[in-house]
Amino acid sequence: MSTGPHTVLDFERSLAELDKNIAAYTQLPESQDENRDGVIAELSSTRERLLKEIFGHLTPWDEVLLARHKDRPYSLDYIKVLFTDFFELHGDRLSGDDQAVVAGLARFNGRPVAIVAQQKGRDLKERQQRNFGYATPRGYRKALRVMKLAEKVGIPVITLVDTPGADPNVFSEELGISASIAMNLREMSVLKSPIVCAVIGEGGSGGALGLAVADRIMMMEHAIYSVIAPEGCAAIMDTFGRDPGRAPEAAAALRVTSKSAFDLNLIDTVVPEPIGGAHRDFETAAASLKQALEKALAEVTVLDTRALLRERHAKFRQMGQFRVEQFHGPSGNGTPA
Amino acid sequence: MLKNFMAVEGWFGNKSKFQGSSAARSAAAVPDGVAVKCAKCSEILFAKEFEKSLKVCSKCGHHHRITAQERIDFTVDPGTFAEFATEIVSEDPLKFPKYRDKLEQAWSKIGRGDAFRVGRARIGGQSCVLGVSEFGFRGGSMGSATGEKISLALEVAIEENLPVVFFTSSGGARMEEGLISLMQMAKTSAMVAYLGSAGLPLIVVMCDPTVGGVPASYASLGDVILSEPGAVIGLAGQRVAAQAQTQKLPQNYQTAEWRQDHGQIDAVFPRRELPDAIGRLLALLHPSSVSVDLQMQSEATVATGGDL
Repeated sequence: MSTGPHTVLDFERSLAELDKNIAAYTQLPESQDENRDGVIAELSSTRERLLKEIFGHLTPWDEVLLARHKDRPYSLDYIKVLFTDFFELHGDRLSGDDQAVVAGLARFNGRPVAIVAQQKGRDLKERQQRNFGYATPRGYRKALRVMKLAEKVGIPVITLVDTPGADPNVFSEELGISASIAMNLREMSVLKSPIVCAVIGEGGSGGALGLAVADRIMMMEHAIYSVIAPEGCAAIMDTFGRDPGRAPEAAAALRVTSKSAFDLNLIDTVVPEPIGGAHRDFETAAASLKQALEKALAEVTVLDTRALLRERHAKFRQMGQFRVEQFHGPSGNGTPA
Repeated sequence: MLKNFMAVEGWFGNKSKFQGSSAARSAAAVPDGVAVKCAKCSEILFAKEFEKSLKVCSKCGHHHRITAQERIDFTVDPGTFAEFATEIVSEDPLKFPKYRDKLEQAWSKIGRGDAFRVGRARIGGQSCVLGVSEFGFRGGSMGSATGEKISLALEVAIEENLPVVFFTSSGGARMEEGLISLMQMAKTSAMVAYLGSAGLPLIVVMCDPTVGGVPASYASLGDVILSEPGAVIGLAGQRVAAQAQTQKLPQNYQTAEWRQDHGQIDAVFPRRELPDAIGRLLALLHPSSVSVDLQMQSEATVATGGDL
């Protein structure tokens, strides 16, 4: 991943200024300015205060921008430090290899696991190569093939989700993008291996869900998970004047944050990030994710297959908020009593 | 996602939709409710004939969208639809702006609690559990109530050893229920897995339109997938696709015929032929669902392959 923030969001700007000043003072020889250390200490404490202030009051839209931050750690960054012996597997065994999905085998704390992860690109060339993280049917089918392999040999599956959505292009429709996601939903719901899923950045709609039917679902603190991109939602709903510019309102209405998903009982864990976000302190973020994955894996690998599948079934079966009421038929006023 | 597909139907009885248009001028010659205009070729059709042809244009063959009640009437053996789970309605867990009002409007407009109706029925003499999307209810979108009704329908089918037939017509997941709606995709797909484990078949008829989260979940999991001529089926609606594309969209893009050409659905049937086709399929896939006493056949349908 990148060595320092290259992209600066609006609400990060004051921090970036401070960082620049601190760096400038740090480079000064001490002899040139007697107050150097004092100034640096003062600037640093201002920085700490500012960090807490900014990151203590993020709007849902800020969270969207953070989840998409170009300096945010991607799947391969985490794979590199959380796993050993990573052996990447390629291709869907049908028609090609989708680079927006990385799949393979590796060791987690010494134990073999299967990894299926969505991967965005870091620079323009890699972004194009990975289709900006939009997975095609080849990606979902590769994912399923590797998960089936995990089931066969009896090892757990870890999925990392980070996608703006499934690929909406003609190419993917020709290959059956809808069916490829649907198959994953069905097969993952009865896969005999334990599945642990972490949404590390963008959890974009069905494209994310295609890797997110799991026994334990966690979100990084500044990840988002949504039924539709806020821009898309704002663009098609009268509620937002069909104006994509009102995406911040849509993000709030859709409740895309990790905290909301947790409060709605749709995910199990929010993985804390270092203050300022994972892109400011990757090591701490990775350690935090590692700890959460360890805990989740420990919880689900002790279950026998029957209990595992029963619990997974119950988990998704209860999702939804509805009520049961006497409903007046067509001749009535049409409103539940 | 929904709004793309809210085509305006040419009902002469509803003058407001025709103000200032040429249709309104030609409508003046015809008394209210006697004639309708084909939404595709603009042919003027006598309402009675139009009803008789199951709302298929006699000139161009365009299959107009129909209500869930019409679908049930056109499909099941007369008087055999026994609806259940009618009392399930969605909550507004996100307190999404205006959602409560929209739900109330849909309730009074449609007179039903949700965008999906389920019940026991017979089609071509074969017993089954039937589910039908109501496109007029929030664009047939899948929210909590929809996901629950689909799940209940599949559970009833497993419990009573019945095959399942779903007619879909939906703009996708219901945005106003946010991530909860997205999870209905997982919930319904998981239930289809359990139906399969019980050795029971699912027949899906993808009607116009079946887009977004619905084809990306339970609808694409039909063991047999049928459709009607011209029905639009796709993950991204055509407007979204057009924006994302650099090249021109192929002819007939995302239509049932295009899907069939790409190996994604089994067959396209005119509306009138669907009940017969479904009946024949049910008889082949689940011989015991016929209500005659054929010992040999019912023994053949003992659930196999399910290890759950």
